[in-house]
Amino acid sequence: MAATTTHRAGQGSRLGTAVTMAVLVLLAVVYIYPFVVQVLTSFKGNADAVANPLGMPLVWTVDAYQRLFGSSDYPLWFRNSVVVTLAVTAGRVFFNSLAGYALARLRFPGRGLVFSCLVAVMAVPGVVLLIPKFLVINTLGIYNTFAGLILPLLVDAAGVFIMKNYFESIPASVEEAARIDGAGPFRVFWSVVLPMARPALITITILSFQGSWNELSHFIVAASDRDLFNLTRGVASLTSGALGSSADYPLKMGAAALMTIPVAILFFVFQKRIMGTSDGAVKG
Amino acid sequence: MSDDQPRRAPRPGGARRSASGGQALSGWLFITPVIVILGVFLVIPIAMAAWVSVSDWNGRGNPFGGAAGFVGVDNYAAILSDPGLQRQDFGTALRNNVYYVMLVVPLQTIVSLTLAVLVNRRILQARGFFRTAFYFPSVTSTVAITSLFLFLFTASGAVNRLLATIGVDGPNWTQDARGVLHILLAGLGVDSAPVALQGSPLLGVSWWNWLAGPSLAMSVFIIMAIFTTSGTFMLLFIAALQNIGGEVEEAGVMDGASGWQRFRLITVPMLRPTLFTVITLGLIGTWQVFDQIYTAGEAGGPSKTTLTPAFLSYQTSFTGNRWGQGAAIAFVLFAIIVAMTAVQRWVLRERDTVPRRKRFVLSDGTLAADAQGGR
Repeated sequence: MAATTTHRAGQGSRLGTAVTMAVLVLLAVVYIYPFVVQVLTSFKGNADAVANPLGMPLVWTVDAYQRLFGSSDYPLWFRNSVVVTLAVTAGRVFFNSLAGYALARLRFPGRGLVFSCLVAVMAVPGVVLLIPKFLVINTLGIYNTFAGLILPLLVDAAGVFIMKNYFESIPASVEEAARIDGAGPFRVFWSVVLPMARPALITITILSFQGSWNELSHFIVAASDRDLFNLTRGVASLTSGALGSSADYPLKMGAAALMTIPVAILFFVFQKRIMGTSDGAVKG
Repeated sequence: MSDDQPRRAPRPGGARRSASGGQALSGWLFITPVIVILGVFLVIPIAMAAWVSVSDWNGRGNPFGGAAGFVGVDNYAAILSDPGLQRQDFGTALRNNVYYVMLVVPLQTIVSLTLAVLVNRRILQARGFFRTAFYFPSVTSTVAITSLFLFLFTASGAVNRLLATIGVDGPNWTQDARGVLHILLAGLGVDSAPVALQGSPLLGVSWWNWLAGPSLAMSVFIIMAIFTTSGTFMLLFIAALQNIGGEVEEAGVMDGASGWQRFRLITVPMLRPTLFTVITLGLIGTWQVFDQIYTAGEAGGPSKTTLTPAFLSYQTSFTGNRWGQGAAIAFVLFAIIVAMTAVQRWVLRERDTVPRRKRFVLSDGTLAADAQGGR
């Protein structure tokens, strides 16, 4: 009796698994194929891209990439994106963890107030701040400078929270020992606690890198100088048809594919960590 | 679980006082950079924008040094009550965004939950591969994805080729301003506004146009939003599903519940906190449609059917030089987002709270919010 039940359940779930698998494969194609089209199109000639949007290139060519690097500002945009992203990521990792540590461990008057203010700040939607941000950047005289591109992004409230939560999970006894040995607060933070917060630091790094690499709206209001365009701004100008690119699909797809590579690498390197938010999180 | 108790070993009085004095100083030192930067680039700007929204600043000179005059609520009146193009544009932008929210929020929630349930099958092979495939669009930039989708949906593009293989003659998506509901009505023989719907009582947009549905061009952005956000939300759902664990599921099997019954009666109620998070993030995110409209470079075209309040606010200020009005639109948008979230909180309010899990989901939710907003 028990054996038959198990048997039947097994059969049913095997059929179910096959159906699930088929549905998943179909869905995976839907999610992946657009990127395949993107990459393939970038290796096509213009006429080929329009006439044959789905298949392999008739003739493989790197013409689009040559034009991207030869006659557009792509290298400049790339460099600007790298500069801004590295500065923002470094700033966020450092300042967010400093503040997160203070909120988690140090007792100072006004801590509760600071905490509530951060919660309130997180609730403000980003696009609402476009005009306000421009006003302050303009007033401070850092419009059209790297300072204007970088400074406003240098900390983020969400990152402070991630660090705070993590620091709270580290046993306090470790710090006590160092403190009794006479280490000052910064020393304790820098050489004792921070090295223990590696997983959270990696999370912050990924989020900051991805966030600032993909950021567009802030850069639109912080600068108009073409020398300060970063990748999102530059590729957006290509997409909307600047430089006579309105029907130059291989160029556009190449530009979009290339700008995706750095975040894609980051994603694949830290895949376990990103996806791991689910695996083994609270299990057991 | 974390608590906010001070973690100090009891110490003799003198040392203790100097230690907490040191803590107070370093506490403030540690947090100062965050306070200064958020204060200068977030709090002060909001105050400045509040002033600009009641001024007539035209972009020249310093609006805080006499280059702008006080005009009271004129800017708000121009977009909310005064008949004219500005009010009509704002009404159109609101209509477009309302349809976007109404379609994207439920669809992305359903799609991401479906993906999570499918991927979470324990016996499934290659789970990692599928998770990666579904999540990957979430890490790419809106600019790159917009560029790609505009290409996929051109008149002779990939999507229409695929439609052609099943005998459907696809439209010129990105240039087609016809509303989806209007197209359906036209199919029923109604192709112009009935008399009853010719009035324009709300923000200068006629009933007929309020009921147009999203244009085909906007539909492309709707599909794109689902494509790019479902992976992030899928991860939240997977985390929650793994929290539920197998025991509850097994109990359901013992009680003879079918698969669908178990899903509907056991899984979904237990996912409530996560559903709440996903819908909240969805509502906040879908009112902030800007990057894709900017990238498309059509200024909200065709026929303003992809205009959104966020883009209209930018355009009004930066190209229209009506900074007061642009700022006013931003504040009205802010109010809408706050109101929507409040309404949703009230509708989905929890009768039985599960504080532990909620906290866990919330800390994950901030990750998703960040990934989605790209801030």
